[in-house]
Amino acid sequence: MKRVNAVVVGAGAGGGIVAKELSTAGLSVVLLERGPWYTANDCRKDDLRSQRTPVLGNAFGPEDEGNPRVAVSEAGVPRIVLPSETGYQNIAACVGGGTLSYAAKAWRYLPQDFKMRSTYGVPEGSSLEDWPISYDDLEPFYEKAEYEIGVSGDYSGTPFHGPRKRPLPMPPLPPNREFQILEPAAKRLGLHPFHIPMARNTVPYNGRGPCMRCRWCFGFACEVDAKNGTQNTVIPVALASGNCELRTECMAKEVLTDDRGRASGVAYFDANGHLQEQPSDIVVVSASAIESARLLLNSKSRLFPNGLGNRYDMVGRNLQGHNHSGAIGFFDFDTYDDLGPGASIAVADYNHGTPGLCGGGVIANEFIRLPINMFDHMPLGAPRWGLGHKRAMRDFYKRNISVQGTTQQIPTADTRITLDPTVRDKWGLPVARTSGHVHPHTFEIGLVQAQRAVNWLKEAGAVSTLVNAGKLGPMSVPADAHQAGTCRMGNDPRGSVVNRDCQIHDVDNVFVIDGSVHVTNGGFNPALTIMAVAYMASSALVRNWKGTGLRS
Amino acid sequence: MQSNRQVACLTRRQFVAVGAMGGAAVVIGCTTGRQGDWEFLSEEQAGTLKAICDAIVPADEFLSASQAGVLTFIDRQLNRHFRRYRNTYTNGLEQTNALSRQRFGRDLAALSAGQQVAITGAIEQQNRDFFNLVRDHTLAGYYGSPRHGGNRDAVSWRMLGLAAPPLRGQAQYDLRKGSAS
Repeated sequence: MKRVNAVVVGAGAGGGIVAKELSTAGLSVVLLERGPWYTANDCRKDDLRSQRTPVLGNAFGPEDEGNPRVAVSEAGVPRIVLPSETGYQNIAACVGGGTLSYAAKAWRYLPQDFKMRSTYGVPEGSSLEDWPISYDDLEPFYEKAEYEIGVSGDYSGTPFHGPRKRPLPMPPLPPNREFQILEPAAKRLGLHPFHIPMARNTVPYNGRGPCMRCRWCFGFACEVDAKNGTQNTVIPVALASGNCELRTECMAKEVLTDDRGRASGVAYFDANGHLQEQPSDIVVVSASAIESARLLLNSKSRLFPNGLGNRYDMVGRNLQGHNHSGAIGFFDFDTYDDLGPGASIAVADYNHGTPGLCGGGVIANEFIRLPINMFDHMPLGAPRWGLGHKRAMRDFYKRNISVQGTTQQIPTADTRITLDPTVRDKWGLPVARTSGHVHPHTFEIGLVQAQRAVNWLKEAGAVSTLVNAGKLGPMSVPADAHQAGTCRMGNDPRGSVVNRDCQIHDVDNVFVIDGSVHVTNGGFNPALTIMAVAYMASSALVRNWKGTGLRS
Repeated sequence: MQSNRQVACLTRRQFVAVGAMGGAAVVIGCTTGRQGDWEFLSEEQAGTLKAICDAIVPADEFLSASQAGVLTFIDRQLNRHFRRYRNTYTNGLEQTNALSRQRFGRDLAALSAGQQVAITGAIEQQNRDFFNLVRDHTLAGYYGSPRHGGNRDAVSWRMLGLAAPPLRGQAQYDLRKGSAS
């Protein structure tokens, strides 16, 4: 195969941006994606087969056949999990990755989110740490992501955000009924509600139309292509440059290295299952926190017997996501107006600054709950089945508001990805194995956040509330689609995997550019930060590029 | 659909018979034997499952689970995505029917609605994994997308007051208000 400058593994939030930045800067790029390319025409609005409710499997991958993982319970018992099962920690497998079907909340992290250790110290047993970059370093790239991907919203209601040079490129959608109920209640509580920033067109933007406010948003592809991911923004730009070739349904096997310990390309299985080798000058791993760690661990050679970048056993550690906690309030009046996407209002007052708590998280109202999302969330005392359950559904389906928070997770070094010693996927590759536990302080924060959600709902008129105190069950690693942290960014090669430019400490022509590099994961959905880091790392890469290699 | 059904018949039940009797007889068997409506379930299993599903979502002024097609939904998926739950279903349904015969002397399908609810409640206690699985599948079928056979004519969505089919372009035009108001 013809040698190219860069192979990018994974066409998701990170990889799509890297492919665009490198190819438009003149580098030849091959972008590998294990899934197919879906379009707006593949939006089937099938709530039994979506990324949110995969009762009959994931709409946008991976399929249950041939893609197992192994999850180790808190008691130490491993079990095989399938992609549509809880505990798999799924995102998606398609061009755009999670950004095809995500909720599209596109927040910036707060300045303190990059300085967690200096702000709070280190809770016992945790691996809380500062990022080697600051909010100010990332600010121009946040802005670039907001404008190139396309973000709507309005931060003007809240002082709780970092300094910004330009407003968001699009205004928020007109408020739905939940917004109108929750906004005055928040203000009465002295909070600062604001319009959630969303990677969703609210006016024509970037050649596509605005949101038509349907019910099927989070978990689905957008029928009118108003939701902005990498598949309908930067990846088409990369392809239009003439320098980028996208190869779909190609599963990376390993990063190849030469005798001098430098990467020489990527071995992958093509759509027909044939093993191919793509030689390249550099390799960018952007396969998401779990799969990127797995690929590095699977890239074993004489010089790297424990996998690439894993000299100090750091690859795969510090896996984190968010602890989702909050509450559902039930009302004696209709709160439902059928105006999607539903999620509209948030408060960031509780992200930092609570004495005794290491952080917090944003609290926001939920996306429209389809009927299938609600049957397990009836008021306390309602029967789980039978006529009473059917009546409760009728009484409360249109009379509830769900307010949930993405509580910042306190990382631990032993929450991690390793390779399973026996289970293999359909290509014969060892699968990812998740193990460890969430640091207990995370749940302490989650409980406080849930109570805050209850207070907000009660102030808004809720008659009763159903508290969700977070995932306290045996599925002890809530990473899911927010997964991050497995290839930590840092200055110390013994305590991290990549440097501030997302370059692996050990091998200067291999980069990890996705949520894996997040040191901590903020109290917000991570997509925009993954994108901003991808722009920042690409910028450094292009700056150091000198034709066939990197300036050292 | 008809040809699909015949193929499904062939693979699921009459496979042995094909060798003995030849294809033509199989097709007749499929088209005339209306009890062949199920892809996976036997008639007895279907009767038991129907009783459980209808205890979970009974009929009132809106359809019950089985009336809305939930049985079709589950049966089809037992040949597809629910394949891995086949044993749980087979064993659980047998246990439920055995309990019914032990307690009331008859199959679950032959009991009154009240008795069926009592047995369903007992199974919820005795075999929680099986009951929860059937409950989740029943409610998913009833409240989920009609395209998979449950929630016929979007009955549950209409029950909840949701426009089905959904309105389009609500950002610009609020069709619900009508021109008169």
